[in-house]
Amino acid sequence: MDKAHLTVKNLVMYYKTLKGEVKAVDDVSFSLLRGETVAVIGESGCGKSSLAKSIIRLLPRNVSTYRGVILFNDLNLMELDEESFTRDIRWVKITYIPQAALNSLNPVIKIGDQMVEPLILRKKLDKREALEKAAKTLKTVGISENFIHRYPFELSGGMRQRVIIAMSLLTEPELMILDEPTSSLDVLTQANIMNLLKSIRRSLKLSMILITHDVSLSSELADKVAVMYAGQIVEFNDANAFYHDPKHPYSQKLMESVPTLRKNKKLDFIPGAPPSLLNPPKGCRFAERCPYAFEKCDRDPPLVYLNGNFYVKCWLYVRE
Amino acid sequence: MNTLLLNVEELRKYFEIRRGLFGRREYIKAVDGVSLTLESGEAISIVGESGCGKTTLGKTILRLYEPTGGRIIFNGRDITHLSWEELKWYRRETGLVQQDPFGALPSFMTVKKILEEPLIIHGFKDRKQREERIYKALEQVKLTPVEDFIGKYPHMLSGGQQQRLVIARSIILEPKLIIADEPVSMLDASVRIEILKLLQKLQEDYKLGIIYITHDLSTTRYFSERIYIMYAGHVVETAETKGILANPMHPYTKALLNVIPDPDPSNRFTIKKVPAGEPPNLLNPPVGCRFNPRCENMIKNICDVKEPPLVKLSENHYVKCWLYARA
Amino acid sequence: MSSIKQSFRTLLIYRSALIGLVIILILVGISVYTIFAIPYDEATKLWRAGERYWLDNPRNAMPSWINLFSTKKMPETIVLDSRKPQPGVSKALIPVFDRITRIKVEFSFNYEYDDFPSELNLFFNSSFSSSSPQLTIHWVKPNGEDIVLKSLLVAKGEDRYYISNDEKLAKELRNAISKKINGTIEYDIPLTTLLFALEDSSILNPNTVKVMKGNYKLWIDGIAFEASVNLDAKLVVYGKVHGWAGTDHLRRDLGIALLWGTPIALSFGVVASISIAMIQMFIGAVSAWFGGKIDNLMQRVTEVFMVLPFLPILIMISTFYKFNIWVLLMVVIALSVFGGSVKNYRAIFLQIKEFPYLEAARAYGSSNLRILTHYLIPKILPTIIPSIVLSVADFVFLEAALAILGLGDPLAPTWGKIINDAYSNGALYKGLYYWVLEPSLMLAVTSLSFAMLGFTLDKIFNPKLREI
Repeated sequence: MDKAHLTVKNLVMYYKTLKGEVKAVDDVSFSLLRGETVAVIGESGCGKSSLAKSIIRLLPRNVSTYRGVILFNDLNLMELDEESFTRDIRWVKITYIPQAALNSLNPVIKIGDQMVEPLILRKKLDKREALEKAAKTLKTVGISENFIHRYPFELSGGMRQRVIIAMSLLTEPELMILDEPTSSLDVLTQANIMNLLKSIRRSLKLSMILITHDVSLSSELADKVAVMYAGQIVEFNDANAFYHDPKHPYSQKLMESVPTLRKNKKLDFIPGAPPSLLNPPKGCRFAERCPYAFEKCDRDPPLVYLNGNFYVKCWLYVRE
Repeated sequence: MNTLLLNVEELRKYFEIRRGLFGRREYIKAVDGVSLTLESGEAISIVGESGCGKTTLGKTILRLYEPTGGRIIFNGRDITHLSWEELKWYRRETGLVQQDPFGALPSFMTVKKILEEPLIIHGFKDRKQREERIYKALEQVKLTPVEDFIGKYPHMLSGGQQQRLVIARSIILEPKLIIADEPVSMLDASVRIEILKLLQKLQEDYKLGIIYITHDLSTTRYFSERIYIMYAGHVVETAETKGILANPMHPYTKALLNVIPDPDPSNRFTIKKVPAGEPPNLLNPPVGCRFNPRCENMIKNICDVKEPPLVKLSENHYVKCWLYARA
Repeated sequence: MSSIKQSFRTLLIYRSALIGLVIILILVGISVYTIFAIPYDEATKLWRAGERYWLDNPRNAMPSWINLFSTKKMPETIVLDSRKPQPGVSKALIPVFDRITRIKVEFSFNYEYDDFPSELNLFFNSSFSSSSPQLTIHWVKPNGEDIVLKSLLVAKGEDRYYISNDEKLAKELRNAISKKINGTIEYDIPLTTLLFALEDSSILNPNTVKVMKGNYKLWIDGIAFEASVNLDAKLVVYGKVHGWAGTDHLRRDLGIALLWGTPIALSFGVVASISIAMIQMFIGAVSAWFGGKIDNLMQRVTEVFMVLPFLPILIMISTFYKFNIWVLLMVVIALSVFGGSVKNYRAIFLQIKEFPYLEAARAYGSSNLRILTHYLIPKILPTIIPSIVLSVADFVFLEAALAILGLGDPLAPTWGKIINDAYSNGALYKGLYYWVLEPSLMLAVTSLSFAMLGFTLDKIFNPKLREI
């Protein structure tokens, strides 16, 4: 029985704004095994980016609540103090590639010099060794080694994203969190990056959390799928099960709104808009847009387990 | 017989770059010999990746740029080189829907003012008449109840509502042609279909000609009858939508179709074949066929020497590729 | 616009803005009151009126509230006029024989102050046909001593006797008192002191001389050689404090200039700041939107203006032409319009030039002018309101600085002009601190209020500066 690599249980993260408390991550649970990829799918404002940042403890300045359990190789990360977390976990064992990272390379520093920073700071390598390692890692992502002497503006978007991926592989992490890794890239470049991620995750036994709004794209990497809506995970399922037969009404409607190239199907959209995370509705948060809503939906639905750790958060699946 | 609403012949748009105060002049050949036709009430898509020239093509057709070469004929009138003042009537006949709904709306104007501007500019002096048009436009895009929205500012609307407002603005002068440049790429997945369906309904109700400019091939099968595939300033293939998706001919089209994912869990086990390299620099595009450095079917001494002709494969299906030219 | 209402509400959260706003409202209130209470024409007439109008005021007097803070009570001006019936004033015209009239005018007052008056003057207004009445002026101290100050023939109409300037009398009195106390008064003792001092050894030292408190009387004993004769007299015992603001070297009540300085400063500052900002914005917008040759031309012109030395040019122009304050305003605006801020605005406009809503406007046929006025300028207006508010303070100071340098309107009652007068009359050297401090305080408070308001507005409209 494979031991879970990462288990997130009842993770909560709220932050305070002038308008009130934003319940960005509201009791989220999921898990993955070593070498697996979980795709967290959701639309803008559902809290998926906040979830990613909560796992790696990059909390906003005005955070008000942060609790839950994050088991990583059986170690509860929530119990670590900030110093140990920074020293051992963040950007060492778990790396995080934020949205539009390719645009945040420092334009006035050479690529090699930017890449070696974590190695020099964390692994205490000297500059020469670090540059060698950086060059080798660039090769792994398909960029020629002498690019360590180039500046970011000399590279195209796709190449810069590869550099970012290389940067996050430098410390030989076990888990990589990617937030919309291909959002500003062309279709062909996107396919290239996906190919790259597919090959390195196998060769490096990397676990991944892929955050995206693109359902089709998520299927390129996902072994498991978690669908997020209004700060909660409404469905957590195995990839085969999810893409062929989504359970939660939101997942189903989401699938219906994805245009497919190969299959001809009827397209539909979801009227209305997701609720604000400032004051989410008391019961099921999707109820007001759900075609199957009924009286029970005024109460917050429980997690209905399917098999193993997979679940749906919906009253339709509660057996009386 | 439908008169051709729009006939674009060998359109060219080059942008001049001058290196230094006394350097030589160089040109970015953004659109380099594109021809297309549009019937009234028809919807076509122009598909390509960023930098292929599709946005420039759309803006040149709207005469936001002046063409460097070729002709644009709208409803039988040659508008290629008309001056800004001479084009005022054309502004009423056309509408533009842009990619960024929030950026496309002036943040300091209310919904009412935003919709009133085009009317004021085109001489609608009677206030009642303007109000009627505004109400009608808001109802057509389903921003109802209208009274709720009239006084709001753009930042008070959701992304989908903002884009609907942009569409309302584009149809308020009752145009014949709408150019929609990536109208849904900045919207959430569940809202995209709503907006595209709205455009489709407006097209049917008012016999609007629509040109969709997009990089997302998957949406084109649902919303356009014909597709033009662009690469590096050229149209490399054009056909009816069903035809292209079932039977792509150009190597680039084939690559695109191969690489675009559907939500299929088996995707994660396959490494897709992607043409090597990057789209070319339009200052100095490759000699001959612009796709030749990346094409695996490239024929040496032909594809890298002479620009391929537009070959007619069947009614409405054309390919710009040496592989299909005879001798 | 709802965004303005919302911003206003956010503004009130910040205390500094609140204070600034309150001060500005007070200043505006003062301006409005002043404009109605003392209309501009009247104010300038008063300010330029000669000594005759201000003759009842002491010269260089401090503000009277000083007495609240010092143990030594400074005298206020006492005016006794025979034309106005008051206690302590009596006048009698007694015909004696046929064609001889005895004139008796008496002024008595209580003097309890701790310091001596600054001046002592007697004014006459007489009417007679041919021969001047002969007057003897007596001074009675509280100790009963009666001194004859002077005998004189009074002229017809208005005449005056500047008692405190009477050198001869001063010398006589000095010798008399010295003899009386058996000592010599070594220092240069003024007449007012001699008339009011305690006559003992304390008088020998200017630091110890004390006032003889009590009832004083000045009475005029006169004879006129006519039947129909009239004599009126006015005694002014000039104090050392006057009004709430004091007086200047021309005896003018500084309160008038301080009050009138407020609307002048505010209007100068606000008009200059807003009109310059609007014009500069327009120039920046045109430059950025049209680009190319127009941009080039405007930027070069701007650079030329930026290099020109502002103040020397103003000095130059003012040596040839005399300014009144509104012409000065026009000149300042004209010289500032192509200033450095044009480049700031141009930079902002260059950034927003590419925004899609402008492209959309072109697509539905908007003209360039409409884009400039309806689409470009309103977009950046909120962001530049803070700098407009802040620059009001700059222009208020500019006007004052020009006045201090003598370049301003020499006749306008402004704060800068007060400081200019103070400076030319050696105020600090003479210890007349209030003369400089009062206008400086007004300038500082005005600038501070606009600065507080402006910085807070900046925090609101440019959120990156916020603390949260």
